[in-house]
Order: sequence, then structure tokens, then C-alpha cells
Amino acid sequence: MRNIWIIWRKELRSYFVSPIAYLLLTMFALIFGFFFWNALGYFVMMGMESQMRGQPMPMNLNEEVIRPLLSNASVIGLFFIPMITMRLFAEEKRSGTIELLVTSPVRDIEIILGKWLAALTMYGCMLLFTALNFAFLFKYGNPDWKPLAIGYLGLLLQAGGLLAIGTFISTLTKNQIIAGAATFGVCLLLWILEWVSGYETAAWAQVLAYMSVITHFESFGKGVLDMKDAIYYLTVIFLGLFFTARSMESLRWRS
Amino acid sequence: MISVKQLTKKYARNLAVDHISFEVQKGQIVGFLGPNGAGKTTTMRMLTCFMPPTSGGATVAGFDVLEQPLEVKKRIGYLPESPPLYPEMETGEYLTFVGRLKGLSGAELKKRVDYVCDRCAVEDVRNKLLGRLSKGYRQRVGLAQAIIHNPDVLVLDEPTAGLDPKQINETRDLIKGLAGDHTIILSTHILPEVEQTCEQVVIISKGKLVATDSVTNLQNRARGAESLLVEVGSRDGAVDSAVVVTRLQQIPGVSRAQLKTTHGDRNVFEVESQKGFVRGELARAVVQAGWDLNELRPAAVSLEEIFLQLTGAEAAGKGAA
Repeated sequence: MRNIWIIWRKELRSYFVSPIAYLLLTMFALIFGFFFWNALGYFVMMGMESQMRGQPMPMNLNEEVIRPLLSNASVIGLFFIPMITMRLFAEEKRSGTIELLVTSPVRDIEIILGKWLAALTMYGCMLLFTALNFAFLFKYGNPDWKPLAIGYLGLLLQAGGLLAIGTFISTLTKNQIIAGAATFGVCLLLWILEWVSGYETAAWAQVLAYMSVITHFESFGKGVLDMKDAIYYLTVIFLGLFFTARSMESLRWRS
Repeated sequence: MISVKQLTKKYARNLAVDHISFEVQKGQIVGFLGPNGAGKTTTMRMLTCFMPPTSGGATVAGFDVLEQPLEVKKRIGYLPESPPLYPEMETGEYLTFVGRLKGLSGAELKKRVDYVCDRCAVEDVRNKLLGRLSKGYRQRVGLAQAIIHNPDVLVLDEPTAGLDPKQINETRDLIKGLAGDHTIILSTHILPEVEQTCEQVVIISKGKLVATDSVTNLQNRARGAESLLVEVGSRDGAVDSAVVVTRLQQIPGVSRAQLKTTHGDRNVFEVESQKGFVRGELARAVVQAGWDLNELRPAAVSLEEIFLQLTGAEAAGKGAA
């Protein structure tokens, strides 16, 4: 436990002493803020229209602002995750510091968990900025907080899975750019797999759609905690970290 | 302290380390000597549990590298070929991090960081970023991180590579100073380094163990047949070298004599003798024959020659390059 914490602290620190953390936070906040502004603008316009027609429709902040925003956040996340994970192992391998970690009395799994948790924390910090936007909704409106909390849980679970994949890919190369690009490709693929379900209902299409990370976010976005989807994300996290551990082991046999 | 038995590492095709066995006693400095690519780093990486051996094994401080890697790692300090530094960390912060990683905490950690900063003379760069340090400082910080947890065994992979002569001397002195408390294995392909710092030497070439002995023994062993250089001249022009060789070979105790070099009328002969003192006989023989004895000196046997003898000319040629 202590070792995980030591690695976690070191990793998180190295995010925040380099410009990368601030770049990620700024870009994420900016893009999410833009979506928020748009969603709110649309919501206000709809409200005015329905009033002008003289027959006010029931309007719901959760349904019409929070839900689309959360699924937006889950998609933007795909683009940012490679930037969080690409250096985790690639940089240590390039600079040779991996030899220090591996020859210290620390288990591989502690190194991996420390790094992965640091990446997840970094992503969590980015999400904090989105919470700032939602805070306005609570100040001036009256949305339900529970679906929002479940949505955040979903975002974290989804990111956890993708970050685990990114961590694994980072162990495969010494080059951060390659790690980043490969992770981005995989993230994108896991997103668009779902599209086949639009025109195909065969078994293989269902399997592909099931593998897509986006499909499983839908329930969280609605504010429903579906165990099926939670288990999917936990499985992805487990597999990602498991392959990372295998890869680290093979690194030793080969290098 | 360290015991290596039939240690072998096989990469895809080639045998990097081929059934190496040796022992290192507590408190010794052992030079791990070999040309580039001989398998020094691979052996060290197996000792530090960075990679497992293909077959055979090793124990460090009584713990097996395969069975109890965590125990071994606790007792070993390792400086890889390039010091494992994080450029975005400050020296003090880095040493604290490594100390924590090796299991230190609280007041003890602080004490050890202070101690290694002082010991390795990195006190004045304690608040500097590691990425900005000069090569000499980087190497010393690397040494500092290796000894931070006061390990029983220190493994140093080419600790003086890439330093300037002054820094090399400083680093060697530092390593010698550490010898009492720690058992040290240092690898190098620079021979004088072994002669100057090490008590024991392990020579490997192409993954095979060539020799393991104390430095003095090894020198003596090679000197078993003493070799002398004799320069013979003559007042009245050139001497017939064949005649000289024949005369020299008649001296009791001389096993071989041959002409080594000729500079004008100066002839240098190399005379090999069995153990024993033949210099007096030699001098007398030359003078009695009416020649001039211009010079008589032992051909110094350095580790370099032993190294060349042991690893063969081809390997040594690569090492020198």
C-alpha cells in the first residue's frame, strides 16, 4: 500500500511540475465549457419558444442539459486519455529510470497501480472543472444530483478502463508519441465500434457493439447504475492492468 | 556475500552470459572486467533482479535472486550505466523519493538523505533540478541513490564512464571509501581502474568467465615467467643480433631470448626467464662478451597484457576501441 502511494505521489507530481497537467486542464475546461454554454443556450431558447407558444412543456435540466453534457464529456475524454497515459512507462523506459523502479524492493503490481491511480487522479482533476459548470445549474436551477453523481461515476469507470489500456500500451514502447498515437487509435476504435449496431443486428455486430466503451456509458448518462455496464468497465480495467503486468514481466525476460 | 553459480542468460539467439560462477567476500571491491558486449551489464542486471537468469542462479547476502527478489533488492544498491534520474526532480527530492522506495521513512530517511548528500558531495546541488546537472554531478547523485538505504552490496555499472579525468579520480576515491561498509562490484572496460580500485577481479569475455583472482595474484601469475628487456650496443658499429641471442640463451635460467626491436645500431632483446633472478648473470654475460649494456629493465606486466592474453587479441582490440 505504502509503495503504491509513493509511486502515485511521484507520478502526480510529475504531471503538475510539467506543463502537461495545466495544458490538459485548460483544454478540457475550455472545451467542456463551450459545450456547457451551447447546451444551456439551447435549453433557454427551447424554454422561451415553449412559453411563446403559450403551452409550456415540462422541461428538465437533468434530461436536457446534464445528460448530453455527460456523454459529451465521455467522448472528449477519449481524446485526452492518450495524453495522460503516454508517458507513464515509455518515458521511464527511454530515460532508464525503469531500472531504478524495477530494482527497488517494490512489486510490479504496486508500480502499475500507483501509476494508473495517478493517471485516474489526473483525469479526476479534469472532471472537477466540469463540476464548476454544473455548480451554476444548482445555483440557478433545481436539478436532481443523484443522476449526476452516477454520471460522474460512469465517467471515472470509463476513464479507468481506457487509462488501463493506455498504461498497457505505454509499456510496449520507449517512444511517448508512439504510445500516445496507439492509445488514441485504440480509444477511437472502441468508440466507433458501436456504429455497426446502426445497420446490422447479427451476432458479430452485437459483440462489436458490446465491446464499445460508449454503449456502456448510456445507462450511466441517464443516471441509472446498471451493474452490467459497471462490470464491463471493471473488466476492461482489470484486463488493461493485467496485460500491463504481463508486459512488464516480459520486458524483463527480453530486455 | 555474493555467490554466482552457473549463471546463464540466453537472448533470442545468442548466449549473453554463459555458465559463469564466482564468489565475492564481504567488504571486497570486485572489478568486473571485459570488453564491450562481454555480458557485464547482463550479469549485473541478473544480480540486481532486473531480469531473471535463463538457467543457473545467484545469491546475494544469502537470498536467492529468483526465489526472494524483494529481499535481494532491499540489500542491493544499483547504479546502472546511465544514472536513473528524473530530470524534473530536484536532487534532494529525488533522493527522498528513492529512499522511500527502498523502505526508509521519517527521521531515518532525512538522516540518510543528509548523509549521502554529504558523502557523495552533492550538497551544493541539493535544490537544483537533476536535468540541469553536469555529468559529474549526475554520476554522484546516481551513487548517492545507490547507497541511500545503506545496502550490503553495491553494484556499479561503469561508474566512471564519460567523466573527465578529475571526476574519474574523485569517483574512484569515493568508491574506495565506500568499500569498508559495502561489498562492491563494479564493471569497467578500463583496465587501470581495476588496478587502482579493486582487490579482486573477474574477467569475462563473450559471456564466458576467463579468470577470477585477486589483482596481485593475477599480476604475479602472468609474471611467473619474468620478461626483461635488454638493450645491447657496441662501440665499434653493429652487433650481430644472432650472436647475441645465442649468447643470451646460454645463460642458466633463460628460457627464451629474441630480438625485439632495432633502432639503428641499438638492438633491444627480450629475454624470458624462469622465476629467479638472472639480471646479474645477464649483465655480466653481455659485458664479458665485449658489448655495451645500455639498458636492462623488466618488461612491466600490466593487467592490460593479462587481459590481452586471457581474452585474446580480437576481443581486446574491440575493448580498446
